[in-house]
Amino acid sequence: MLEFAQQIVNGLSLGAIYALIALGYTMVYGIIKLINFAHGDIMMVGALVGYFSLTLLGTNIFVAMLAAMIACAVFGVLIEKIAYRPLRNSTRIAALITAIGVSLFLEYFTIFLFGPAQKVFPETAFPIKAYAVGGLSILNKDVFVFVSAVVLMLILQYIIKWTKTGKAMRAVSLDREAAVLMGISVDKTISITFAICSALAAAAGVMLGVYYNTVNPLMGIIPGLKAFVAAVLGGIGIIPGAMVGGFVMGLLETMVSGYGNSLYRDAVAFGVLIFILLIKPSGIFGEDTGEKV
Amino acid sequence: MLAVKDIDVYYGAIHALKKLSINVEQGSIVTLIGANGAGKSTTLKTVSGITRPKSGSIIFKDEDITRVLPEKIVGRGISQVPEGRRIFAAMSVIENLEMGAFLRKKKSEIDEDIEMVFTRFPRLKERRKQTAGTLSGGEQQMLAIGRALMAKPELMLMDEPSMGLAPLLVKEIFDIIKDINSQGTTILLVEQNANMALSIADYAYVIETGEIVLQGNAKELMHSEEVKKAYLGG
Repeated sequence: MLEFAQQIVNGLSLGAIYALIALGYTMVYGIIKLINFAHGDIMMVGALVGYFSLTLLGTNIFVAMLAAMIACAVFGVLIEKIAYRPLRNSTRIAALITAIGVSLFLEYFTIFLFGPAQKVFPETAFPIKAYAVGGLSILNKDVFVFVSAVVLMLILQYIIKWTKTGKAMRAVSLDREAAVLMGISVDKTISITFAICSALAAAAGVMLGVYYNTVNPLMGIIPGLKAFVAAVLGGIGIIPGAMVGGFVMGLLETMVSGYGNSLYRDAVAFGVLIFILLIKPSGIFGEDTGEKV
Repeated sequence: MLAVKDIDVYYGAIHALKKLSINVEQGSIVTLIGANGAGKSTTLKTVSGITRPKSGSIIFKDEDITRVLPEKIVGRGISQVPEGRRIFAAMSVIENLEMGAFLRKKKSEIDEDIEMVFTRFPRLKERRKQTAGTLSGGEQQMLAIGRALMAKPELMLMDEPSMGLAPLLVKEIFDIIKDINSQGTTILLVEQNANMALSIADYAYVIETGEIVLQGNAKELMHSEEVKKAYLGG
């Protein structure tokens, strides 16, 4: 029982990271119906910005995270403007292929710039401590990841639910033409969505750097794909679905590693994707509607 | 107030509006009637900037708004009740109304106007926190009208507000339109329900396959043999 509780503790922080990334997939899909396959790589860029902020500028982890979020917010807006906006009225498959292109570009251009080697997060950036709580061992990095992820998700919820910008984002997702008739600028709203999603991914990147203690140019691929599975699992386009999906994927991964064989954890993650697409393609929170005519 | 001059609109190879001109006097209700697919909605969409004319111009309050971005049109004083209502189904009634006031800044004035809409439509007040998609058809139409009012428009474009509603509700909606007009908002109304539209309008245009084929005082058109035969069922 205690071991099970320990696995849950371990899984919650990983799940929080997946949830943050999954939110980006789901929100971008909600507003422009695009699976942004470059999203995991934006997370990687965020992790790198965090790394350089820690090593070159010697900032603390919070400043590093903030720097990564700001840099990636700008970066995400640029990617949308340059790569996706010109394809706004073309087929969805064209935009999807472009997203894969952007993803590969980010991965290999980063290798070109900084080399393919792992970079180790400086230990001084986040000295690891373990706390014993009722027989459980809780690491300060897990607490840091979980708490900051939850805080970010609460801020996001606040923005979406209560601010004018958040309401405009929902309106554009629901009915773009009606939103325009209200005086909402679709381009601006899509830019804001990319800024928010990329900032969340950047924060997740820095957290992943703390979690695994390393960053590298291809680190966005597998977590990105798992977060994509999380978004589909929760119901693509549905914000609470992405959060729940993220935690489910994180917990599942630590359970498979803890009780089964850690070599199977990726297989199980993608098994979930196949399973959900067979059983309920609209996801846990999705309504089973046919394609809208 | 609004002058649409010789606009040509194409959907691909289809010539949807052919040198179409209409005039809307300040304070009046003008209606555009015609069959399905005649170009009524296209006309409104072109005024709103969603569809672009290939040639011709749209003048509103002495300013050329032909090339103004659609999201800027509402700021000029033109709001629209779109065909099929197009309310934000997953948002609450209040949020829908707030979206109607998107370009306005003063929170206190917006709240006042929301109350005003609720006074006009008490049923919306009862359902203020409810998701708009759960409202009945008539309530959704009221919400769409309320939302368009929230922009404080000088000109309101209404696209088939009676569509899909029970006869009693249709009457209610038309009474509301008359009332909104009497409080100073100019109205350009597109309708298939020619009888109802003509009964409240001051001036009317009849559109057929993208062209104005007949126009005149609404009361006179109501008694014209041509209109009776084609649109009023005898």
